Amino acid sequence: MTNAAPVLIATAPALEAECAHCGQTVAARDAAVEGRSFCCSGCRSVYEIVQASGLSGYYAYRDRSAPSPARPRGVGGRYQELDEAAFQAEYCRGDGGGEQSVELVVEGIHCSACVWLVERVGRVVPGVTSARLDMSRNVVALGWDSRQTTLSAIARGLESLGYPPHPLGERRADAGRARDRELLLRLGIAGAAAGNVMLMAFALYSGAFSGMEAAYQALFRWTSFAIATPAVFWCGAVFLRGGWAALRTRSPHMDLPVSIGILTGYVGGAVSTLRGQGEIYFDSLCTLIFLLLVGRYLQQSHHRRSTNQSDLLLALAPHTAHLVEGGVERDVPARSVSAGATVRVAAGDRIPVDGLVLRGSASVDTSLLTGEPMPVETSVSDRVYAGTACQSGELWLKVESAGTATRLGRLMASVEATQRQRPPIVRLADRVAGYFVVGILAVAAFTLLLWLELDPRLAIDHTVALLVVTCPCALGMATPLAVSVALGRAANAGILFKGGEFMEELAQPGVIVFDKTGTLTLGQPTLLGWIGDATLQPALRAIEGHCSHPLARAIQRAFPETDLVVEDVEELAQGGISALVAGQRLLAGSPALVGAKLGGLPAWASRLVERHASIGQTPVVIAAGRAVRAVAAFGDALRPEARDNLRRLRELGFRFEILSGDHQLVVDRVAAELGLPAGAARGGQSPEAKLTRISELRASGERVIMVGDGVNDAAAMAAATVGIAVHGGAETCLKAADIFATRSGLEPVTEAVRGSRRARAAIRRGIVMSLGYNLVGIALAVGGLLSPLLAAIMMPLSSISVVSLALRAKTFERKAP
Amino acid sequence: MTIIFLILPITLLLSLGAVAAFTWATRGGQFDDLQTPALRALHDPCAAPTASRDTQS
Repeated sequence: MTNAAPVLIATAPALEAECAHCGQTVAARDAAVEGRSFCCSGCRSVYEIVQASGLSGYYAYRDRSAPSPARPRGVGGRYQELDEAAFQAEYCRGDGGGEQSVELVVEGIHCSACVWLVERVGRVVPGVTSARLDMSRNVVALGWDSRQTTLSAIARGLESLGYPPHPLGERRADAGRARDRELLLRLGIAGAAAGNVMLMAFALYSGAFSGMEAAYQALFRWTSFAIATPAVFWCGAVFLRGGWAALRTRSPHMDLPVSIGILTGYVGGAVSTLRGQGEIYFDSLCTLIFLLLVGRYLQQSHHRRSTNQSDLLLALAPHTAHLVEGGVERDVPARSVSAGATVRVAAGDRIPVDGLVLRGSASVDTSLLTGEPMPVETSVSDRVYAGTACQSGELWLKVESAGTATRLGRLMASVEATQRQRPPIVRLADRVAGYFVVGILAVAAFTLLLWLELDPRLAIDHTVALLVVTCPCALGMATPLAVSVALGRAANAGILFKGGEFMEELAQPGVIVFDKTGTLTLGQPTLLGWIGDATLQPALRAIEGHCSHPLARAIQRAFPETDLVVEDVEELAQGGISALVAGQRLLAGSPALVGAKLGGLPAWASRLVERHASIGQTPVVIAAGRAVRAVAAFGDALRPEARDNLRRLRELGFRFEILSGDHQLVVDRVAAELGLPAGAARGGQSPEAKLTRISELRASGERVIMVGDGVNDAAAMAAATVGIAVHGGAETCLKAADIFATRSGLEPVTEAVRGSRRARAAIRRGIVMSLGYNLVGIALAVGGLLSPLLAAIMMPLSSISVVSLALRAKTFERKAP
Repeated sequence: MTIIFLILPITLLLSLGAVAAFTWATRGGQFDDLQTPALRALHDPCAAPTASRDTQS
């Protein structure tokens, strides 16, 4: 028996190539087909489908500078729920004949080639009559002939191309689109009004200097009045409504000072027009409304884009269940299954209900609820939950609860409830607006009283001039613009914010709570050590190539592919595999299984198994014939960038905690590796426990940032001040997250914090600058020196300087890929 | 300069026409997606590598 010292496996291959589908660097010898390399079997099957359908143009159109495509991460669903009558009635539109249309959100859209490929889904699925992709919203509008194909077939076709589709709440999408169009319309009309009134104003100002007949002056004034009226009351209604709401709810808002300025200016101008003397401010008002609407439009379109992304909350539990009644099996909607009924779950299916296992055994992937990638062996009288997946084997369940009563359903309900109850973040600009209103009203009162003493005839005129010039045009634009620019930069850097307020929150230090598996670690088992006979490695690699267990995949990644012939593969329950390679019977599996098969393990192997298990690793015993020859240890390796990013975040003033569903021993080890204090890491946390801990932290007054990657973190994210979802795991927690990264790893988290700080500084600079302009305006107006012409020049000038300041601000940096 | 009493309404009518056109385009969804149509133009069927293959088959 070899008693070799632990040997670390070098996983870096000598040769590297690009995956022919996604362009990711892969080991050249890994999964090569016809001289092409692939990073994973998902990419290979997409490549093959694309080629077979005559769609290879995709690879010509692909934008290599764009971020690499999301790896095809098949949901593996059959999408039967899309064919249900209830679904079709709610989401699809028919023309009465066979023509149907629907809008679906698709994942994985990243460049122009995706548009090309998705719009040609008809080559893969005959019967699709039209497919139009809206890339900014990730929505594809599909038309199909229901006599030729079904929606589920199209959905499978899209998934096979690497773009898993999800239903989109159509009514909501329509409403959002109508809002966008409406605001754009207001913006355009305000722009037209501003331009035309400005032309009148040119005539009036030149007339004021060189003399003008009263009839012409009246014509221009009345025309300006006529154009400004719809601009103020229809285009400006956005601000007037907001101002009124702010007044009624007594919550300060930027709309309030804006409304005061607009209305005072309008009334003052109207009175002057009627009297035929005095100043009119219609040109300034229309420009103001136009510029403010530009800011508002930017804000809304950014906000809409990020909420669209979050519509991706998937149908987590399957919609149909195989109900077994009197020995007959039929498919029924999962939520209508009653407690006590029997349901069968086949290998590869997701479990539709919560229930107890009556019969059968299976390895169940519970990562949805625990975040842990290792499947759990399940047999009679164990409890299983909806949304988990039966990987191998078959189960008969006694239903305990279904639909929203399941643990998953309750968890999702609590995510939504927490999100609804969350107190809104008061934004910096709105806080400023509160003081601002009080300030200008005080100054206006002062001006009025001052001029009533000095010259009562001019008192009203000067007060109106003051209110118009202090109308916070630049202030109203400064924040939305700085935020939009920062959000745009962040999106380019692969960080998507759902709103600018989260940027402001993230700029201040607090506690960052990390999920462990998939966030701090890679989220998949990796071969950490091999002790024993290394000559068995190629044979083991050949056997595990037939298996999709996470540990088998780890072996596939660790060793180069071989062409050894494998015969008589047998997957054993309780986690093991056995096969015949080159005349030798190999057995690999958990120590318990191998021990039982061989009647006990040799002492050296038992010692190794114990040592690895005690530090939270998963040992696997490899036997040839009837002799144990090697012990391999697997564990979830720390992300290479984790330590560095935590150090940088600590320097920015953050504290850390870890909440993990994994065993306490493992969590402690990770915490120690990252240099966290012992009390900061908690293992064995259920989704509900994570939520409780976050609520505790918030109740103690902390600013809590939750960073996670799975559904099990969703409730905690919703409860945190800011929830950040990191990429690489499920996209299912996106709905709960306020910020999500489209790049994997922890680097985006650090960049989000640093960028937020810079963005906050940029917002502050904009506010200070526009307040400076207002101060100058106030000084002039109080002194009675402000003419409408000066006001008309100052307003766009201040806006332009604030805009250029916002555009120049460096906030988020795009790292070179 | 009395011509201004005629010209001003005419210019206003012209801008009203522009506003009407803008309203029609917005309501018709012309500005809903400003990103994808630009990319779609690149997918010229003649330039697509698959086009030749299609005509052969």
